[in-house]
Amino acid sequence: MKILVYIDNRKNKIKKTDQELVYYAHLIAQKHGGSVDAFVLGSGEGAEVLGKYGADNVYAVAHDETFDANGISSAVKNFAEDKGADLVIVPFNSSGKPLVGMLSYMLDASSVTGVLNVPEVEESKLVFKKGVFSGKAFAYIKTLKDKVVVSLMTNSFSPEEVGSEVNVEAVNIPVDNKVKVVGIDKVEGKVPLPEAERIVSGGRGMKGPENWGVLLDLAKALDAETACSRPVADVGWRPHSEHVGQTGIVVRPNLYVALGISGAIQHLAGVSSSKVIVVINKDPEAPFFKAADYGVVGDLFEVAPKLTEAINKFKGK
Amino acid sequence: MNLLVCISKTPDTTARIAFKDDFTKFDEGGVQFIMNPFDEFYSLVRAIELKEKFGGTVTVLNVGEPANDIVIRKALAIGADKAVRINTSPTSAFAVAKQIAEYAKDKSFDIIFFGKETIDYNGGEVSGMVAAMLDLPFVNLASHLEVDGTTAKLNRDIEGGVEKVEVEMPFIVSTAKGMAEQRIPNMRGIMMAKRKPLEVVEPVDKEDRVEILKYELPKAKSGVKLVDPDNIDELVRLLHEEAKVI
Ligand SMILES: Cc1cc2nc3c(=O)[nH]c(=O)nc-3n(C[C@H](O)[C@H](O)[C@H](O)COP(=O)(O)OP(=O)(O)OC[C@H]3O[C@@H](n4cnc5c(N)ncnc54)[C@H](O)[C@@H]3O)c2cc1C
Ligand SMILES: Nc1ncnc2c1ncn2[C@@H]1O[C@H](COP(=O)(O)O)[C@@H](O)[C@H]1O
Repeated sequence: MKILVYIDNRKNKIKKTDQELVYYAHLIAQKHGGSVDAFVLGSGEGAEVLGKYGADNVYAVAHDETFDANGISSAVKNFAEDKGADLVIVPFNSSGKPLVGMLSYMLDASSVTGVLNVPEVEESKLVFKKGVFSGKAFAYIKTLKDKVVVSLMTNSFSPEEVGSEVNVEAVNIPVDNKVKVVGIDKVEGKVPLPEAERIVSGGRGMKGPENWGVLLDLAKALDAETACSRPVADVGWRPHSEHVGQTGIVVRPNLYVALGISGAIQHLAGVSSSKVIVVINKDPEAPFFKAADYGVVGDLFEVAPKLTEAINKFKGK
Repeated sequence: MNLLVCISKTPDTTARIAFKDDFTKFDEGGVQFIMNPFDEFYSLVRAIELKEKFGGTVTVLNVGEPANDIVIRKALAIGADKAVRINTSPTSAFAVAKQIAEYAKDKSFDIIFFGKETIDYNGGEVSGMVAAMLDLPFVNLASHLEVDGTTAKLNRDIEGGVEKVEVEMPFIVSTAKGMAEQRIPNMRGIMMAKRKPLEVVEPVDKEDRVEILKYELPKAKSGVKLVDPDNIDELVRLLHEEAKVI
């Protein structure tokens, strides 16, 4: 099987999610036989390292911030055809998400988004697992075409070093942009929520935006990102970009700490795949406790500062 | 402006998800169905706002069975002008995209709206497929859309920022939170919806490229471990030694 991994390197930085994509491709190649090509969009700076995570070859297309999804999909399509790729893997983020549907048609391929497993083979077709019903269930999906495009759900595999660096080969591939990228307003220094390893989230129990200090302190102690429930974003206590849940962002960190969130089914849909959930709520009947690993029944304005202090003490700060 | 809004039907967000026939089929028994929230809150409302500003027509399109007419009427009650239902069961993203592309290809829509994903199968694929099939520009995950002459200016939420893009009509957009605010249909809207046209179109040949073999429910949590609020050090110890997350 020839596997092609699309890596968005427009910021000239190889991220952990990129390592994860290549390592995932390596696991598939190891299980079913095959090779792994990484197709890097951007200068290719630092992309040698992808060899360590399992790439046999690394190719880079010249840097251009103005690539749009239409241009990227045409480039990936041309390259995949050039290399005779059977399986194309893209990230499950704003760069990879738009590509899957387009590539499915352009490559005459089957497609699955947000896959979670190293696929099994059934009747010579790949079978992928993915989350459905917004985290309430999983489905096993058989791809019926010979060619397949998938996006890998972030934080599904911990990348491991399995090889050594490889040379980055510059390639020239036609790009057919259709949308003009005018600019990017950057929010610096924040890890995107879907990639976050630890998250502290606040609900209506926080009572008001002026109280967020206790949450921010806890997040800082844990080196965590911050999130919120939908009503909190709707009334403007926190930005929409922090809203997690069925109609917000779906997250799967190692640790999700919920302060004053009741645990409505729509909220749980977005957070239930977190590895460990800690719930702090003064109501012992709050439904969130049923989905939690650890819970503290108490007033968050007392418990959260205590937890911050205990963590800082533990970390020796 | 000639606007098309593709709407899908999904189980209500509070629906209990269960399966039948040895976990090979979704059990629809007792499940309430609604319009996919992204289609209703964001795509449809923004399309109606554009029509209110520039004039034109908002058509809603659903690929589905007659039972979906309830959901389609709701879209008309919110303010769409007319509706089309392609009369076939949606079996996969590709099958749906093919029907939509076939319908839309010669209707000169200026903008075709999709939701960012459906909340049942969470595919987020149909919009890109239709864009490729019709060879139209595609803007995915848009949280803001303004039209200026024949050009549209959109924002896309990306990791660590907002990407600003410009595109000439016609194009295809998938919408995310921020695009518009939910509208609740009023009595007048509901009455008027009954008289608005709902055309039923027969499907073209269907093509599925994936098959769902079986479903699985997540493993139940083993039960919450409660920690005394006066002994928070114990929680830190558990998170470190047992859960190994700090
Ligand atoms: C179509 C649809 C989609 C939705 N999508 C989402 C979504 O994506 N994400 C989402 O989050 N919601 C979503 N919702 C809303 C959801 O149903 C709930 O209304 C919402 O999650 C509740 O938010 P909350 O837990 O912050 O507030 P509440 O339900 O009001 O809970 C507040 C909690 O704080 C606790 N509390 C109060 N004071 C304290 C204190 N001092 N110390 C400790 N605890 C305290 C209370 O006991 C309570 O449990 C959606 C709803 C619909 C209809
Ligand atoms: N059966 C359908 N009929 C009309 N539009 C649909 C249908 N299914 C999906 N869509 C559209 O495609 C979007 C994305 O769906 P999906 O790719 O299945 O997650 C939805 O938000 C709708 O706009």
